[in-house]
Amino acid sequence: MGITLPILILALPLFMFLLLGIGGVKMSRKTAGVLGILGMGTTMTLAYIVAFTYFFSGDAAFISAEGVRQQLQVFDVTWLAFTPKLVVKLGFLLDPIAAMMLVVITTISFMVHLYSWGYMEHEGGFQRYYAFLNLFSFSMLGLVVATNIFQMYIFWELVGVSSFLLIGFFYRLPSAVSASKKAFIVTRFADLGFLLGILTLSYFTETFNFIDMTSNPMNVLAETGGATFLGCSVLTWAMVLIFTGGMGKSAMLPLHIWLPDAMEGPTPVSALIHAATMVVAGVYLVARMFPVYCVVDAAMNFITVVGAITAFYAAVVACTQIDIKRVLAFSTISQIAFMMVSLGVARTYAMPDVHYSGLGYMASMFHLFTHAMFKALLFLGAGALIHAVHSNDYTKMGGLRKYMPVTHWTFLIGCLAIAGIPPFSGFFSKDEMLAAMFGNSWLWGAWMTMVAGLTAFYMFRLYYLIFWWEENPEYKHHRPHDAPWQMSLPLILLAAVSVVAGFIPFGGLVTWDGKPYHIHLEVPVAITSIIVALAAIGLATVMYRKKNPLPTKFRNAMPGLWRAAHHRFYWDEIYLFITHKIIFGIICNAIAWFDRHVIDATMDAFAKVTQKVSFSIRGFQSGNVQSYVLWYFFGALALAAITWICLL
Amino acid sequence: MFGNILIWFVIIPVLMMAGLGLCRNSGMKAIRAVMVVGSTALLALAIWLCVDFLSLRAAGNDAEMLYTGSWMWYSPLNIHLAVGVDGISVLMLMLSAIIVFAGTFASWKISPLPKNFFLWFALLSTGVFGFFISIDMFTMFMFYEVALIPMYLLIGVWGTGRKEYSAMKLTLMLMGGSAFLMLGLLGIYWHSAPAGGELTWNILEIARNNAVDPSWQGMLFIFTFVGFGVLGAMFPFHTWSPDGHACAPTAVSMLHAGVLMKLGGYGCFRIAIYLLPQAANELAWIFIILTGISVVYGAFSACVQTDLKYINAYSSVSHCGMVLFALLMLNQTAMTGAIMQMLSHGLMTALFFALIGMIYGRTHTRDIRQMGGLMQIMPYLGVCYMIAGFASLGLPGLSGFVAEMTIFVGAWENGDFFHRAFVVAATCSIVITAVYILRVVGKLLLGPVHDDHHRQLTDAGWFERFSTVTLIVSIAGIGCFPNWISETIQQSFQPIVAAIQNAL
Repeated sequence: MGITLPILILALPLFMFLLLGIGGVKMSRKTAGVLGILGMGTTMTLAYIVAFTYFFSGDAAFISAEGVRQQLQVFDVTWLAFTPKLVVKLGFLLDPIAAMMLVVITTISFMVHLYSWGYMEHEGGFQRYYAFLNLFSFSMLGLVVATNIFQMYIFWELVGVSSFLLIGFFYRLPSAVSASKKAFIVTRFADLGFLLGILTLSYFTETFNFIDMTSNPMNVLAETGGATFLGCSVLTWAMVLIFTGGMGKSAMLPLHIWLPDAMEGPTPVSALIHAATMVVAGVYLVARMFPVYCVVDAAMNFITVVGAITAFYAAVVACTQIDIKRVLAFSTISQIAFMMVSLGVARTYAMPDVHYSGLGYMASMFHLFTHAMFKALLFLGAGALIHAVHSNDYTKMGGLRKYMPVTHWTFLIGCLAIAGIPPFSGFFSKDEMLAAMFGNSWLWGAWMTMVAGLTAFYMFRLYYLIFWWEENPEYKHHRPHDAPWQMSLPLILLAAVSVVAGFIPFGGLVTWDGKPYHIHLEVPVAITSIIVALAAIGLATVMYRKKNPLPTKFRNAMPGLWRAAHHRFYWDEIYLFITHKIIFGIICNAIAWFDRHVIDATMDAFAKVTQKVSFSIRGFQSGNVQSYVLWYFFGALALAAITWICLL
Repeated sequence: MFGNILIWFVIIPVLMMAGLGLCRNSGMKAIRAVMVVGSTALLALAIWLCVDFLSLRAAGNDAEMLYTGSWMWYSPLNIHLAVGVDGISVLMLMLSAIIVFAGTFASWKISPLPKNFFLWFALLSTGVFGFFISIDMFTMFMFYEVALIPMYLLIGVWGTGRKEYSAMKLTLMLMGGSAFLMLGLLGIYWHSAPAGGELTWNILEIARNNAVDPSWQGMLFIFTFVGFGVLGAMFPFHTWSPDGHACAPTAVSMLHAGVLMKLGGYGCFRIAIYLLPQAANELAWIFIILTGISVVYGAFSACVQTDLKYINAYSSVSHCGMVLFALLMLNQTAMTGAIMQMLSHGLMTALFFALIGMIYGRTHTRDIRQMGGLMQIMPYLGVCYMIAGFASLGLPGLSGFVAEMTIFVGAWENGDFFHRAFVVAATCSIVITAVYILRVVGKLLLGPVHDDHHRQLTDAGWFERFSTVTLIVSIAGIGCFPNWISETIQQSFQPIVAAIQNAL
């Protein structure tokens, strides 16, 4: 493959960002919108060409004679040489997961560009909005094709800032400003761990390059020379620290607090960044470093445990939220945690009693793909609802199925997909993930099946509360209606993808070592999960299909738990206490006080003492001859006395 | 003598002063013309020097210093006007030229007494440029003092707030540092000829002979490092910085934070570390502790300030602390990062202070509690402020990122627990920086408009746009294409790192 297409895929969004960002002021909204959509459409086409060439051309550069998919660096140019060995390069790595991500990012980004044309029609700063979307797309594409971990870190920071800019898009609202600030600072804190991890790892490996590290991970372990710190090997430390970065971006407990607040951004942005692409960067990072992670079991177990706890936590919280975007946000957290667990239970080496130990990796990537599609669909659907009802609150909705049929049907497809009902795409990917988890241990399998049940429950709770339950009387005055075609078209397209994506032979395309794996349905796992999902949907139907007192009864039966879950188990309050009371209130103020009243006061004291001394001795320089004579006389007398004493 | 290109860096500001002397006090056009011509000439000269330097290096001229020249000035003490530059000095000259250029445009409407203001401004530039071209310790020290003294008048006359107090404090503290420095330099001079030859002030000669007796190095190292460190805002000698910056007029803040504070860092490696390498190896730990404190302490202090200039002054304490901290890591990568941090900090702080000056000139307040939503009123300035903020918190693509990353990667090469612990503490500053930058951006630029009177304010004028664009382009230039700068600096550090290695 030539380097023209890969360069264009990265350069086009960057160019559009600069064009719309600098020249946007002089453009009409229409021009900016058309340019943005055309630009992203072209990028998407190019990305499709690259991905399809990679997967299906059968070229020896992409797939070996034995059918193993290859990793190749299309280009890799030096950007900054720290030392002769540690060189940061900017390049384009093409391998199964990168090619898959190219498709996901450009598809969703294009859908969002199109959708936003309708959604953002009446908002100010339209040009700026498209500029930021392009900045984000550029950064995210750069992240997934990174050839080395430092390039990934660079683009990691850039997606962080694009996310900051887009969450705070409505910058006149204080809530949007504080949400964007929170998102940036929390992820920045996580990135500190990522950075320290990179420093530690590269100190031993003397390279940033992914292929160098992953092609021979045992070497990486050997290079650390068995060094340990606080009882853990330094490689474990490094990999866990790197994973911390992933925890921040992918909103794993306890760094998840920014994602629900990030819903302050425009809804299409939530669909693109906070559901489909940026938030899976953590999963992608682990997948990218997968062989190295497999060397250190402790790190993999850490990932599994963090994922399992987060998945359950987020699912419970999602059952109690009122804001529909927040339900979807917690659902996203839960689903990403699902992918994390799936990665955590996979291994590069054969495990006893496990048919294919790399299954979790494949399943995780599969779910990443399908989840991106149906979650973007759900968010865009939520956007259409908010557009129609002018509220994020489900209590302002209800009975909407009659008024908004397109949104209703597409939303239902999204719900069925995420609940894991065959033949929708979520079923297939979730089935593979659960199979991988059961393969590792029945504990993870059972736990995550329960989470899958919760997922089905809260999604259908949401579905019924929006589209059934009781019709809001206000509809008599403001009749809600389906969105314009720019918004409906992406919904329909994404719904279509969500229906069929499960039939993609994913095992033949994306596996950790590039060798094809033939997917087959794990029947016992599938049956269990379908039964659980149907039961959960049934429960949701009973509780929420028509207005009835059951939900209130449930809530009253366990008020403490419900309140705690509704307040997201008080994580925000804990963080507020630490940041405001301790860091700002105590540390910062104490330091500022110390600076003014101790250090600066000492400096001033020097000046004051000098001044005092000068004032006190200035009397000697009186200009008065009599006093000079007097002092002279006493001085002479004193000298004489001293001489006399000495001579004695 | 006039055939040496470096001398012109001093001559042009002197000519500018002469030109200004001929202007009438109220002749604003003539004054501006002199300043614009002079600063453009300096910038052009710096660019030319940079290009010529790189082409000479590319052609294989690997002498330690290029364009060297030496003219006897006072023979009883063997004082020369000795000049010469390596890659680092070239970049510092470039930085100074850019900031003098941008500073001229940022003080387009200075009043009162524009002529006198620019006279002192040009004298300050003379000192700065002279310092960077000198390789004779005495002339270097002289230019250093030339750069410090005008500061007193510039703050005392054209400043705001408690300007007399701040001007006095700044000058006295820096002079106190100079006293230490003078002791250190004299000490090096007296030990510059171990074999009983002629004493010399020439840095290259002293370094070549590794002349200073190890038993004396420790004391001299502390004198020189503290002396320069005061100017580099090292804890606990930094308190001149917040007060001084807060009261200084815009262009002076720009030049002071942008260039003058760099004199400290530059002196630290060019004299303290290079000439006293044994002591640097042995005593670096003392200053690693102090500068490590600076980095974190400055950042925490910035979090609770309410005056825009105080925030940036404390942020400078943190960033300049990082410069000295990186120099003390004593390896090539970290020291390269230190110089990049100097360049980056110089440009972005100049941009910050320029913008603060522009905002203050409109709203007549620097208290962030009394402003809000300025992005709606002056979008151009708002966007520039955000870019400066992003550079400060280390966003890739802008200069802060490459500098900090180079420092961290280099610092991590020291594998012992002491170094690692301090490096981890220093890396924490990138999070704290994000906190205080976003706090300011959120309060000042975003959110609803705080004061309805601000709604009539205008956005930037052409000269202000010109000034900010110059700086932003430089910041983005370093951030996007860092490698040539990094290579130039690394190459210049070879003799210094070799001296440190030999002294081990």
